[in-house]
Amino acid sequence: MRLAAALVVLCAALFALSLVTGLAAAPAGQSLKALAIDDGTPLSLVMREIRLPRALLAVMVGASLGLSGAALQGYLRNPLAEPGLIGISGAAALGAVLAIQTGLVLTHPLALPLSALGMALAAVLLILALAGPRGGSITLILAGIVISALAGALTSLVLNLSPNPFAAADIVFWLMGSLADRSMAHVWLALPFMALGWAMLAALGRGLDALTLGEDAAQAMGIHLPRLRLLLVLGAAASVGAATAVAGAIGFVGLVVPHLLRPLVGGRPSALLWASGLGGAAMVLAADIAVRVLLPDRDLKLGVLMALVGAPLFLHLIYRTRKEMA
Amino acid sequence: MSLLSLENLGALRGRRVALEGVTATIEAGECVGLIGPNGAGKTTLLRAALGLLPASGHSSLAAMTGAARARAAAWMPQARDIAWPVSVETLIALGRLPWLPRGARLGEADRTAIGAAIARMGLEDYRKRIATRLSGGEQARVLIARALAQDTPLLIADEPIAGLDPASQIATMQVFAGLAREGRSALVSLHDLGLAARHCTRLLMLESGRLVSDGPPAEVLTADNVRRVFAISAFYEATPQGPVFQPMEVVR
Repeated sequence: MRLAAALVVLCAALFALSLVTGLAAAPAGQSLKALAIDDGTPLSLVMREIRLPRALLAVMVGASLGLSGAALQGYLRNPLAEPGLIGISGAAALGAVLAIQTGLVLTHPLALPLSALGMALAAVLLILALAGPRGGSITLILAGIVISALAGALTSLVLNLSPNPFAAADIVFWLMGSLADRSMAHVWLALPFMALGWAMLAALGRGLDALTLGEDAAQAMGIHLPRLRLLLVLGAAASVGAATAVAGAIGFVGLVVPHLLRPLVGGRPSALLWASGLGGAAMVLAADIAVRVLLPDRDLKLGVLMALVGAPLFLHLIYRTRKEMA
Repeated sequence: MSLLSLENLGALRGRRVALEGVTATIEAGECVGLIGPNGAGKTTLLRAALGLLPASGHSSLAAMTGAARARAAAWMPQARDIAWPVSVETLIALGRLPWLPRGARLGEADRTAIGAAIARMGLEDYRKRIATRLSGGEQARVLIARALAQDTPLLIADEPIAGLDPASQIATMQVFAGLAREGRSALVSLHDLGLAARHCTRLLMLESGRLVSDGPPAEVLTADNVRRVFAISAFYEATPQGPVFQPMEVVR
């Protein structure tokens, strides 16, 4: 409970900090007031149309990645599992890349995220068909590898056949992942999918706890594994698909956050679900503040920073694990 | 009252017949040992009885819904497989899952069952230890306690005493025999025929997927059966301290 309170306070503080961070310099109090009351000033416009959606999306994307990562690790009983494993983020990225390449992106502000969501949906149907009706985890991993590889290959193909370097550069930058220049329309587009996904993943706690003892024992404790896997895939796909559609591919959050928080919840997969949701939100909020503070005029991409921070963080985890095993 | 009834149970592993025509009933108050050489189908029988693999014939447990079955029988698989570094107490508390309504916290009855399971397996000093950091034998005792905490009429365990030291083996068999005296039942697969002879009220002997003998240890562990099924000779005597069974030589 103390962990929950600490994570909520951390998220709230980072959320407020995110709101007052940006190019338009104004005192924090004045900024927040302009957010609360629409007084028609440019500051009010900045707060409501640029900073608020950005902070909200950081929370939503981070929570989706953290929650999905914790659920996937719990289901696969493997601390190295992450949301990208089942290929949904790769497929969503392919959808976005196709929208940029075909010029669809110019027809409507939401054409890109909608195209990404459509491809994520196609991937989820494919993964369920490939993984088969039984509840096993191996077939799910294999199906995820197939879809990731296929989506990666097709993304490279699009880049390869790109008619001009500008389109290729657009694609590459989008793939790096960012929350800059998003609007409330992005928030409203992603929210229903994410909320649905969160609800499905949050329902898995009991089954994931039972899986601590293995698939056989969990089944004997009354856990219906095929249903658990279906909820997991649909929940992760809805939330991560929507996250990728609005923010691009952001790695490491779903891998590192559950890893960091696991000891703090006593290893219980059910407790790790909500903790990783909050932890993911805090991590993406912090990183999205950092990209604006570190290089304010260079548009440092969120996904790049996350990888830069995530890799050494993981190195530290390896070091800790090795010390424990020694 | 019968806690498990199997009628003509059969199962395939791949294309091979791993289990065929097994009919048996387990009543309340029995400690039943399932014996047979490697590959005889002991694990397949236990898993088929629980409905954990596709099987022909009928098993009263497999016919239940998952939730009802989890309150009728606890299952301890052979693999001592603990995925996360949870405390011993947390791990044993997992046994209460079938009794907890969705989202509910552990209640008084749950704590009593967990405490009783910990006491039975002598794990009082281990409550706060991290389960994954224990030795193999200690983990086995914790996993047995987990199954006991499920508080079901029937406990089914696959080689629960493999890898335990002699004292833990005897203590664990005494726990199973104690369940039987309380009117619950245990069905455990075993390789130690001596312990099976001493502590089980009844033995089921499997040979190549078929049930070849079913009865009290003295009737099942005959020189003839042991020679034919296990290819060993053995010393068997009923002493005032209970039956003594000692495998002697390999016979071919």
